Amino acid sequence: MSGQQASITVVADGPLLVQGSFVVLDDEGAQIETPTSVALCRCGRSATKPLCDGSHKAGRRTE
Amino acid sequence: MKRIPLIHARGRASEALRAALLGEPGDVALPALDAADPVHDEDLQACLLMAYELHYAGWADVDPAWEWQPSLLAALHPLEDAFEAALRALAAGAPDVAGERTSQRLFAAAEADESVSLSRYVQRDATVEQAAEYLLHRSLVQLKEADAQTWLVPRLRGRPQGVLIEVQADEYGGGDLGRMHSRLWAQTMRGLGLDDREGSAAERLPAVSLAVLNAQTMCGIHARLAPVGVGFFTMVEITSSVPMRRYARGFERLGFGEEVTRYFTEHVTADATHEQLMARELVDAWVAEEPAVGEEIMAGARVCLALDGLLATHCVDAWQAGRSSLRAS
Repeated sequence: MSGQQASITVVADGPLLVQGSFVVLDDEGAQIETPTSVALCRCGRSATKPLCDGSHKAGRRTE
Repeated sequence: MKRIPLIHARGRASEALRAALLGEPGDVALPALDAADPVHDEDLQACLLMAYELHYAGWADVDPAWEWQPSLLAALHPLEDAFEAALRALAAGAPDVAGERTSQRLFAAAEADESVSLSRYVQRDATVEQAAEYLLHRSLVQLKEADAQTWLVPRLRGRPQGVLIEVQADEYGGGDLGRMHSRLWAQTMRGLGLDDREGSAAERLPAVSLAVLNAQTMCGIHARLAPVGVGFFTMVEITSSVPMRRYARGFERLGFGEEVTRYFTEHVTADATHEQLMARELVDAWVAEEPAVGEEIMAGARVCLALDGLLATHCVDAWQAGRSSLRAS
Protein backbone atom coordinates (compact mmCIF):
# COMPACT_ATOMS: atom_id res chain seq x y z
CA MET A 1 0.00 0.00 0.00
CA SER A 2 2.99 2.34 0.45
CA GLY A 3 3.08 5.24 -1.95
CA GLN A 4 -0.68 5.38 -2.27
CA GLN A 5 -2.56 8.36 -0.93
CA ALA A 6 -3.70 7.65 2.62
CA SER A 7 -7.34 6.88 3.26
CA ILE A 8 -9.10 7.00 6.62
CA THR A 9 -12.16 4.82 7.01
CA VAL A 10 -14.55 5.58 9.85
CA VAL A 11 -15.54 2.08 10.96
CA ALA A 12 -19.05 1.95 12.43
CA ASP A 13 -18.79 1.02 16.13
CA GLY A 14 -15.06 0.68 15.60
CA PRO A 15 -11.77 2.50 15.04
CA LEU A 16 -10.46 4.79 12.32
CA LEU A 17 -8.82 2.47 9.82
CA VAL A 18 -5.87 4.25 8.18
CA GLN A 19 -4.38 2.79 5.01
CA GLY A 20 -1.94 4.04 2.39
CA SER A 21 1.17 6.17 2.88
CA PHE A 22 1.18 7.94 6.25
CA VAL A 23 3.02 8.48 9.51
CA VAL A 24 1.48 8.78 12.99
CA LEU A 25 3.13 11.37 15.28
CA ASP A 26 2.70 11.78 19.03
CA ASP A 27 2.10 15.09 20.83
CA GLU A 28 5.82 15.90 20.71
CA GLY A 29 6.08 15.15 17.02
CA ALA A 30 7.86 11.84 17.50
CA GLN A 31 6.89 9.11 15.07
CA ILE A 32 4.90 6.19 16.47
CA GLU A 33 5.94 2.93 14.84
CA THR A 34 3.03 1.47 12.90
CA PRO A 35 2.57 -1.22 10.28
CA THR A 36 1.41 -0.37 6.75
CA SER A 37 -2.21 -0.05 7.90
CA VAL A 38 -3.34 0.89 11.37
CA ALA A 39 -6.52 1.10 13.42
CA LEU A 40 -6.66 4.26 15.57
CA CYS A 41 -8.82 4.46 18.69
CA ARG A 42 -11.84 6.75 18.54
CA CYS A 43 -13.82 5.43 21.52
CA GLY A 44 -11.27 6.55 24.12
CA ARG A 45 -11.17 3.16 25.82
CA SER A 46 -7.97 1.78 24.28
CA ALA A 47 -5.10 1.08 26.65
CA THR A 48 -2.69 1.47 23.73
CA LYS A 49 -3.80 4.86 22.43
CA PRO A 50 -3.58 6.16 19.83
CA LEU A 51 -3.75 2.56 18.55
CA CYS A 52 -6.95 0.53 18.79
CA ASP A 53 -6.84 -2.50 21.10
CA GLY A 54 -10.34 -3.80 20.48
CA SER A 55 -11.74 -2.26 23.69
CA HIS A 56 -14.62 -0.66 21.79
CA LYS A 57 -16.28 -4.08 21.77
CA ALA A 58 -16.90 -3.95 25.53
CA GLY A 59 -20.20 -2.14 26.07
CA ARG A 60 -20.45 -1.06 22.48
CA ARG A 61 -22.47 1.90 21.38
CA THR A 62 -24.34 1.73 18.10
CA GLU A 63 -24.10 4.36 15.43
CA MET B 1 15.63 -26.96 10.42
CA LYS B 2 15.00 -29.04 13.54
CA ARG B 3 12.44 -31.57 12.33
CA ILE B 4 10.97 -33.99 14.84
CA PRO B 5 10.34 -37.71 14.22
CA LEU B 6 6.90 -38.95 13.17
CA ILE B 7 4.43 -39.04 16.07
CA HIS B 8 3.25 -42.35 17.53
CA ALA B 9 0.01 -44.07 16.57
CA ARG B 10 -3.21 -43.68 18.53
CA GLY B 11 -5.25 -46.50 17.03
CA ARG B 12 -5.41 -49.01 14.17
CA ALA B 13 -5.54 -46.50 11.32
CA SER B 14 -2.68 -44.32 12.55
CA GLU B 15 -0.70 -47.49 13.29
CA ALA B 16 -1.05 -48.60 9.66
CA LEU B 17 -0.26 -45.10 8.40
CA ARG B 18 2.78 -44.79 10.64
CA ALA B 19 4.16 -48.13 9.49
CA ALA B 20 3.72 -47.10 5.84
CA LEU B 21 5.22 -43.62 6.23
CA LEU B 22 8.35 -44.99 7.88
CA GLY B 23 8.97 -47.12 4.78
CA GLU B 24 9.55 -46.37 1.11
CA PRO B 25 6.86 -44.26 -0.60
CA GLY B 26 4.39 -46.63 -2.23
CA ASP B 27 0.98 -48.09 -1.57
CA VAL B 28 -0.87 -47.58 1.67
CA ALA B 29 -4.33 -48.66 2.75
CA LEU B 30 -5.87 -47.85 6.12
CA PRO B 31 -8.34 -49.96 8.07
CA ALA B 32 -11.82 -48.36 8.11
CA LEU B 33 -12.10 -45.70 10.79
CA ASP B 34 -15.68 -45.12 11.85
CA ALA B 35 -15.33 -42.09 14.12
CA ALA B 36 -18.49 -41.11 16.01
CA ASP B 37 -16.90 -37.76 16.95
CA PRO B 38 -14.11 -36.94 14.46
CA VAL B 39 -12.97 -33.78 16.28
CA HIS B 40 -12.25 -35.79 19.43
CA ASP B 41 -11.13 -39.01 17.68
CA GLU B 42 -7.48 -39.58 18.56
CA ASP B 43 -6.86 -42.06 15.72
CA LEU B 44 -8.38 -39.83 13.02
CA GLN B 45 -6.70 -36.61 14.15
CA ALA B 46 -3.33 -38.39 14.48
CA CYS B 47 -3.68 -39.69 10.89
CA LEU B 48 -4.43 -36.21 9.55
CA LEU B 49 -1.55 -34.65 11.48
CA MET B 50 0.86 -37.31 10.21
CA ALA B 51 -0.18 -36.80 6.60
CA TYR B 52 -0.66 -33.03 6.67
CA GLU B 53 2.79 -32.31 8.14
CA LEU B 54 4.19 -33.54 4.81
CA HIS B 55 2.80 -30.31 3.28
CA TYR B 56 4.87 -28.22 5.74
CA ALA B 57 8.46 -28.95 6.80
CA GLY B 58 7.83 -32.68 7.15
CA TRP B 59 9.01 -35.32 9.61
CA ALA B 60 12.68 -36.11 10.25
CA ASP B 61 12.19 -39.82 9.45
CA VAL B 62 9.61 -39.73 6.62
CA ASP B 63 10.48 -39.52 2.91
CA PRO B 64 8.95 -36.24 1.62
CA ALA B 65 7.94 -38.06 -1.60
CA TRP B 66 5.00 -39.45 0.42
CA GLU B 67 3.30 -36.04 0.15
CA TRP B 68 1.64 -36.68 -3.22
CA GLN B 69 1.43 -40.49 -3.21
CA PRO B 70 -1.96 -41.26 -4.81
CA SER B 71 -2.64 -44.11 -2.39
CA LEU B 72 -2.07 -41.82 0.59
CA LEU B 73 -4.38 -39.13 -0.81
CA ALA B 74 -7.04 -41.79 -1.46
CA ALA B 75 -6.67 -43.24 2.04
CA LEU B 76 -7.11 -39.77 3.55
CA HIS B 77 -10.31 -38.96 1.67
CA PRO B 78 -12.77 -40.71 3.97
CA LEU B 79 -11.05 -39.23 7.03
CA GLU B 80 -11.16 -35.73 5.58
CA ASP B 81 -14.80 -36.16 4.57
CA ALA B 82 -15.73 -37.25 8.09
CA PHE B 83 -13.77 -34.36 9.64
CA GLU B 84 -15.27 -31.80 7.27
CA ALA B 85 -18.81 -33.06 7.96
CA ALA B 86 -18.18 -32.80 11.71
CA LEU B 87 -16.86 -29.24 11.35
CA ARG B 88 -19.86 -28.22 9.24
CA ALA B 89 -22.19 -29.72 11.85
CA LEU B 90 -20.47 -27.65 14.54
CA ALA B 91 -20.90 -24.51 12.40
CA ALA B 92 -24.54 -25.27 11.72
CA GLY B 93 -25.22 -25.43 15.44
CA ALA B 94 -24.27 -21.78 16.01
CA PRO B 95 -27.06 -19.20 16.34
CA ASP B 96 -27.81 -17.16 13.23
CA VAL B 97 -26.75 -13.53 13.26
CA ALA B 98 -28.09 -10.61 11.29
CA GLY B 99 -26.11 -7.98 9.40
CA GLU B 100 -26.20 -6.25 6.05
CA ARG B 101 -22.58 -7.02 5.28
CA THR B 102 -20.71 -10.23 6.00
CA SER B 103 -18.25 -8.26 8.14
CA GLN B 104 -21.09 -7.18 10.41
CA ARG B 105 -22.30 -10.78 10.69
CA LEU B 106 -18.77 -11.90 11.58
CA PHE B 107 -18.43 -9.37 14.41
CA ALA B 108 -21.95 -10.24 15.61
CA ALA B 109 -21.12 -13.97 15.59
CA ALA B 110 -18.04 -13.33 17.74
CA GLU B 111 -20.09 -11.25 20.16
CA ALA B 112 -22.83 -13.91 20.38
CA ASP B 113 -20.33 -16.67 21.18
CA GLU B 114 -20.67 -17.85 24.77
CA SER B 115 -17.89 -20.45 24.85
CA VAL B 116 -15.68 -20.98 27.87
CA SER B 117 -12.86 -18.41 27.85
CA LEU B 118 -9.35 -19.79 28.04
CA SER B 119 -7.86 -16.29 28.18
CA ARG B 120 -9.93 -15.31 31.23
CA TYR B 121 -8.77 -18.46 33.02
CA VAL B 122 -5.12 -17.80 32.17
CA GLN B 123 -5.46 -14.15 33.20
CA ARG B 124 -6.96 -14.84 36.63
CA ASP B 125 -6.52 -18.41 37.75
CA ALA B 126 -3.89 -20.44 35.87
CA THR B 127 -0.86 -21.81 37.66
CA VAL B 128 2.51 -21.71 35.88
CA GLU B 129 1.99 -25.38 34.91
CA GLN B 130 -1.44 -24.65 33.43
CA ALA B 131 -0.14 -21.58 31.58
CA ALA B 132 2.59 -23.81 30.13
CA GLU B 133 -0.05 -26.36 29.07
CA TYR B 134 -1.94 -23.57 27.29
CA LEU B 135 1.26 -22.72 25.37
CA LEU B 136 1.71 -26.37 24.41
CA HIS B 137 -1.88 -26.71 23.14
CA ARG B 138 -1.52 -23.63 20.93
CA SER B 139 2.05 -24.39 19.88
CA LEU B 140 1.05 -26.69 17.00
CA VAL B 141 -0.54 -23.73 15.21
CA GLN B 142 1.48 -20.83 16.59
CA LEU B 143 4.92 -22.26 15.73
CA LYS B 144 3.57 -22.42 12.15
CA GLU B 145 1.77 -19.11 12.52
CA ALA B 146 0.39 -17.83 9.19
CA ASP B 147 1.62 -20.84 7.20
CA ALA B 148 -1.82 -22.44 6.66
CA GLN B 149 -3.17 -19.07 5.51
CA THR B 150 -0.36 -18.60 3.00
CA TRP B 151 -2.06 -21.32 0.93
CA LEU B 152 -5.09 -19.02 0.67
CA VAL B 153 -3.11 -16.37 -1.23
CA PRO B 154 -3.23 -18.03 -4.69
CA ARG B 155 -6.97 -18.75 -4.24
CA LEU B 156 -7.71 -14.99 -4.19
CA ARG B 157 -7.42 -12.23 -6.76
CA GLY B 158 -7.51 -8.45 -6.80
CA ARG B 159 -8.26 -6.50 -3.64
CA PRO B 160 -8.88 -9.56 -1.41
CA GLN B 161 -5.52 -11.03 -2.42
CA GLY B 162 -3.77 -7.71 -1.74
CA VAL B 163 -5.29 -7.46 1.72
CA LEU B 164 -4.27 -11.01 2.64
CA ILE B 165 -0.71 -10.31 1.50
CA GLU B 166 -0.59 -7.21 3.70
CA VAL B 167 -1.82 -9.14 6.75
CA GLN B 168 0.49 -12.09 6.06
CA ALA B 169 3.49 -9.78 5.64
CA ASP B 170 2.76 -8.53 9.15
CA GLU B 171 2.45 -12.08 10.49
CA TYR B 172 5.86 -12.91 9.07
CA GLY B 173 7.30 -9.70 10.56
CA GLY B 174 7.93 -8.24 7.11
CA GLY B 175 10.71 -10.81 6.81
CA ASP B 176 12.41 -9.59 10.00
CA LEU B 177 13.06 -12.69 12.12
CA GLY B 178 12.77 -10.71 15.35
CA ARG B 179 9.20 -9.68 14.55
CA MET B 180 8.02 -12.92 12.98
CA HIS B 181 5.03 -14.07 15.03
CA SER B 182 6.04 -17.75 15.00
CA ARG B 183 9.45 -16.75 16.37
CA LEU B 184 7.87 -14.53 19.07
CA TRP B 185 5.79 -17.55 20.12
CA ALA B 186 8.94 -19.71 20.26
CA GLN B 187 10.53 -17.05 22.47
CA THR B 188 7.52 -17.20 24.82
CA MET B 189 7.82 -20.99 25.02
CA ARG B 190 11.52 -20.82 25.79
CA GLY B 191 10.73 -18.31 28.54
CA LEU B 192 8.77 -21.08 30.28
CA GLY B 193 11.46 -23.67 29.61
CA LEU B 194 9.43 -25.44 26.91
CA ASP B 195 10.68 -27.21 23.78
CA ASP B 196 10.09 -24.77 20.90
CA ARG B 197 10.62 -27.23 18.04
CA GLU B 198 7.64 -27.32 15.67
CA GLY B 199 5.23 -30.11 16.57
CA SER B 200 7.26 -31.32 19.54
CA ALA B 201 4.20 -31.03 21.81
CA ALA B 202 2.00 -33.15 19.52
CA GLU B 203 2.54 -36.46 21.34
CA ARG B 204 1.08 -34.97 24.52
CA LEU B 205 -1.83 -33.13 22.91
CA PRO B 206 -5.37 -34.51 22.73
CA ALA B 207 -7.29 -34.87 19.45
CA VAL B 208 -9.12 -31.57 19.88
CA SER B 209 -5.81 -29.64 19.88
CA LEU B 210 -4.65 -31.48 16.78
CA ALA B 211 -8.02 -30.66 15.17
CA VAL B 212 -7.40 -26.90 15.46
CA LEU B 213 -4.33 -27.22 13.23
CA ASN B 214 -5.77 -29.95 11.00
CA ALA B 215 -8.86 -27.83 10.20
CA GLN B 216 -6.69 -24.92 9.06
CA THR B 217 -4.39 -27.16 7.04
CA MET B 218 -7.35 -28.86 5.34
CA CYS B 219 -8.78 -25.47 4.32
CA GLY B 220 -5.36 -24.42 3.04
CA ILE B 221 -4.54 -27.41 0.85
CA HIS B 222 -8.02 -27.84 -0.65
CA ALA B 223 -8.82 -24.91 -2.93
CA ARG B 224 -12.57 -25.56 -2.69
CA LEU B 225 -12.37 -24.85 1.05
CA ALA B 226 -10.63 -21.47 0.63
CA PRO B 227 -13.69 -19.41 1.72
CA VAL B 228 -13.96 -21.60 4.84
CA GLY B 229 -10.27 -20.95 5.51
CA VAL B 230 -10.71 -17.22 5.03
CA GLY B 231 -13.68 -17.23 7.43
CA PHE B 232 -11.68 -19.22 9.99
CA PHE B 233 -8.71 -16.85 9.80
CA THR B 234 -10.90 -13.74 9.93
CA MET B 235 -12.47 -15.04 13.14
CA VAL B 236 -9.02 -15.75 14.59
CA GLU B 237 -8.25 -12.06 14.06
CA ILE B 238 -11.63 -10.86 15.37
CA THR B 239 -11.27 -12.87 18.58
CA SER B 240 -7.63 -11.98 19.20
CA SER B 241 -6.99 -8.45 20.55
CA VAL B 242 -8.94 -8.58 23.80
CA PRO B 243 -7.92 -12.17 24.73
CA MET B 244 -4.28 -11.36 23.89
CA ARG B 245 -4.31 -8.60 26.51
CA ARG B 246 -5.71 -11.10 29.03
CA TYR B 247 -2.96 -13.63 28.26
CA ALA B 248 -0.33 -10.89 28.66
CA ARG B 249 -1.78 -9.99 32.06
CA GLY B 250 -1.90 -13.64 33.05
CA PHE B 251 1.78 -14.20 32.30
CA GLU B 252 2.64 -10.90 34.05
CA ARG B 253 0.66 -12.06 37.10
CA LEU B 254 2.75 -15.24 37.11
CA GLY B 255 5.93 -13.14 37.19
CA PHE B 256 7.07 -13.40 33.58
CA GLY B 257 8.69 -10.49 31.78
CA GLU B 258 8.60 -8.85 28.41
CA GLU B 259 10.36 -11.69 26.58
CA VAL B 260 7.38 -13.93 27.43
CA THR B 261 4.58 -11.35 27.07
CA ARG B 262 5.82 -9.70 23.87
CA TYR B 263 3.96 -12.16 21.61
CA PHE B 264 0.69 -11.22 23.29
CA THR B 265 1.19 -7.45 23.56
CA GLU B 266 2.29 -7.35 19.91
CA HIS B 267 -0.99 -9.03 18.91
CA VAL B 268 -3.23 -6.63 20.86
CA THR B 269 -2.72 -3.77 18.41
CA ALA B 270 -1.71 -5.80 15.35
CA ASP B 271 -4.92 -7.84 15.39
CA ALA B 272 -7.12 -4.81 16.13
CA THR B 273 -6.00 -3.68 12.67
CA HIS B 274 -6.01 -7.14 11.09
CA GLU B 275 -9.62 -7.82 12.08
CA GLN B 276 -10.73 -4.67 10.25
CA LEU B 277 -8.61 -5.48 7.20
CA MET B 278 -9.80 -9.09 7.01
CA ALA B 279 -13.50 -8.49 7.72
CA ARG B 280 -14.09 -5.22 5.87
CA GLU B 281 -11.42 -5.01 3.23
CA LEU B 282 -11.06 -8.69 2.29
CA VAL B 283 -14.30 -10.49 3.14
CA ASP B 284 -16.74 -7.73 2.16
CA ALA B 285 -14.85 -7.11 -1.09
CA TRP B 286 -14.80 -10.83 -1.94
CA VAL B 287 -18.48 -11.32 -1.15
CA ALA B 288 -19.35 -8.26 -3.26
CA GLU B 289 -17.63 -9.94 -6.20
CA GLU B 290 -18.72 -13.51 -5.46
CA PRO B 291 -21.82 -13.57 -3.24
CA ALA B 292 -21.71 -17.39 -3.06
CA VAL B 293 -18.63 -17.36 -0.80
CA GLY B 294 -20.45 -15.48 1.97
CA GLU B 295 -22.04 -18.50 3.66
CA GLU B 296 -18.83 -20.54 3.39
CA ILE B 297 -16.93 -17.70 5.05
CA MET B 298 -19.51 -17.63 7.87
CA ALA B 299 -19.20 -21.42 8.22
CA GLY B 300 -15.40 -21.15 8.58
CA ALA B 301 -15.76 -18.38 11.16
CA ARG B 302 -18.14 -20.52 13.19
CA VAL B 303 -15.82 -23.53 12.97
CA CYS B 304 -13.08 -21.34 14.46
CA LEU B 305 -15.32 -20.28 17.36
CA ALA B 306 -16.55 -23.82 17.96
CA LEU B 307 -13.09 -25.44 17.98
CA ASP B 308 -11.71 -22.72 20.27
CA GLY B 309 -14.65 -23.36 22.57
CA LEU B 310 -14.09 -27.13 22.61
CA LEU B 311 -10.37 -26.71 23.35
CA ALA B 312 -11.11 -24.18 26.11
CA THR B 313 -13.73 -26.48 27.65
CA HIS B 314 -11.29 -29.40 27.56
CA CYS B 315 -8.55 -27.39 29.32
CA VAL B 316 -10.65 -25.55 31.88
CA ASP B 317 -12.59 -28.72 32.85
CA ALA B 318 -9.32 -30.56 33.44
CA TRP B 319 -7.70 -27.70 35.36
CA GLN B 320 -10.71 -27.09 37.58
CA ALA B 321 -10.74 -30.78 38.45
CA GLY B 322 -7.06 -30.57 39.38
CA ARG B 323 -5.95 -32.65 36.38
CA SER B 324 -3.52 -31.99 33.54
CA SER B 325 -5.12 -31.17 30.17
CA LEU B 326 -2.36 -33.12 28.38
CA ARG B 327 -2.19 -36.80 27.45
CA ALA B 328 -0.17 -38.97 29.79
CA SER B 329 3.40 -39.07 28.48
